[in-house]
Amino acid sequence: MVTVNSGTIEVAPAASPAVAAKSSVIAVRGIVHRYQERTALNGVSFDVRPAELFGLLGPNGSGKTTLFRILSTLMVPTAGTATIVGIDAVREPGALRRHIGVVFQAQSVDPKLTAYENLWHQGHLYGLRGSELKKRIQEILTRVGLLDRAKDRVETFSGGMQRRIELAKGLLHHPEVLLLDEPTTGLDPGARRDLWQYLQILRDEEQVSVIVTTHLMEEAERCDRLAILSEGNLVALGTPEELTREIGGDVILFEARDPKSLAERIRAKYHVNASVIDAHVRLEIEGGHRFVPDVVEAFPGEIQSLSVSKPTLEDVFIHRTGHRFWNEEGQAAEETKKGKKH
Amino acid sequence: MAITNYKSSISDFMATQTATFPVSASSAGVLLPAFTLWWREVVRFYRQRARVVGVILSPLLFWVVIGSGFGTSFRSGQSAGQQHYLDYFYPGTLVMIILFTAIFTMMSVIEDRNEGFLLSVLVAPVPRSAIVLGKVLGGTTLAALQGLIFLIFAPFVGVHMTLTSFGLIVLTVFLVSFSLTALGFAIAWPMDSTQAFHAIINLFLIPLWLLSGALFPLSGASGWIRAVMYANPLTYGVEALRTLMYPEAPSSFSLAASILTLVLFALFMFGLAFVLANRRTTKPAA
Repeated sequence: MVTVNSGTIEVAPAASPAVAAKSSVIAVRGIVHRYQERTALNGVSFDVRPAELFGLLGPNGSGKTTLFRILSTLMVPTAGTATIVGIDAVREPGALRRHIGVVFQAQSVDPKLTAYENLWHQGHLYGLRGSELKKRIQEILTRVGLLDRAKDRVETFSGGMQRRIELAKGLLHHPEVLLLDEPTTGLDPGARRDLWQYLQILRDEEQVSVIVTTHLMEEAERCDRLAILSEGNLVALGTPEELTREIGGDVILFEARDPKSLAERIRAKYHVNASVIDAHVRLEIEGGHRFVPDVVEAFPGEIQSLSVSKPTLEDVFIHRTGHRFWNEEGQAAEETKKGKKH
Repeated sequence: MAITNYKSSISDFMATQTATFPVSASSAGVLLPAFTLWWREVVRFYRQRARVVGVILSPLLFWVVIGSGFGTSFRSGQSAGQQHYLDYFYPGTLVMIILFTAIFTMMSVIEDRNEGFLLSVLVAPVPRSAIVLGKVLGGTTLAALQGLIFLIFAPFVGVHMTLTSFGLIVLTVFLVSFSLTALGFAIAWPMDSTQAFHAIINLFLIPLWLLSGALFPLSGASGWIRAVMYANPLTYGVEALRTLMYPEAPSSFSLAASILTLVLFALFMFGLAFVLANRRTTKPAA
């Protein structure tokens, strides 16, 4: 698979000089991970820059959670290195841990403890204590807007509030890098939006580099830069704009009774790259609006419906992998392919 | 952002060393995280009312059942001067209470793992020894507490404690609680389901208790049963408690030997729990 370099000009960040000297806060180099026979990660490399909101986008089974666990020092990769703020995540997990904040998909706050107690406990794990810790808890609770609920048990909180406490836990010790695994799982749209806004504020005001894994396109579009994973391979890397721009023009989908033969004939007639995705013929072409009437005229009665759209990140995924991000049942594309083999 | 370029230029040798011996400079030490994990275990306990009630009531219930059932049926068959069965059974009951409380508190390890709480502790700069120590001391506190509550009944079975013997009983209760909690931790750590945990308990722990001298004395056992009893660390806990409670009753080991065995058992179990917790995984840890 192609490892894509976005080629953007690196802007010196406003963070401390030590970091400004380095262009990347996280350097992932050739990470391979195998579970027995299955290869979860197949040589993934990329960099994350200071104060960047970086997305790891991929369907379930793409390897993003495996990568997340390697970066958060929980797992040792089969091969390759991951360096965060200059510390090797594989060799020096102990040294790295105080520099990263990790927010898991699963709930890690203790519902039987109050918000304050959860943070007090978390602070102790990071060596914070006494009045310093107390001050920091006040600060972070104010940050996530839950200071007035400090003395309430977390079990009484809404899903969105619990997520904010998770975030507060991850940020309590002033990490340089914040890692979040599918942080918006189970949140309603309002809470989702709040969380993303908060991540952007963090990046801007505290100069924290944030890595977020997600399987949602609309979340990925909010990231500064993205790595798209599919079946353990890095299939795309760049800003959302760069990635969608590379497709060029419009994306056209024709729904047809016999998409295979239609695709063949379109290819023959127009010399364009037409592919078949499920029951659709898919084309990427400049000036789609001029092309569409011509095709409809040429193949009367064969096209049941059509759409012309500006490329999205899903189109980037299809463009790079040749299959859909999600299939009809909402399962990962990879699983579908495996299923067909059996 | 103290860590800069120089960190990455550390030689391979240094890096390997760091990985092998986690540096204390980069961790929060052992005691503070251990304390906070212990604290959480205890707070969680007293916030779950049902558990608190269970701790107070279950020894009492056990006592009433034993007292009115076993007690009366064995009483008539006793000749004067011999130890009453109910008295004999008392230290064994105490050990059983500790056994169940200690093992079951460590079910929280599996819950923590499934909930994601454990993950957040594992990514903190906390040595694994602190995690084991905090969790195990938390369970020990609860188990020992329940055991000590059961001591309220001691005067009813003719146990007269001096300050020294009371102190030694507390020590024994602590050692048994600590070792069994550590054992529970070691069993629970690799598991992801509480059902599997129950299966292990039924398979190993109940026989462990049955063959500890709690129900029948060492001297009465024969052959391989006797050998198993000698090898069973719980035997020494029961023996130590019995010797402390009934100094006149015959004992198979000296008190010092029993307590020493318990100390070794506790250290071994803690070591085992530590080794298990220290393994880094290449599997998808939940």
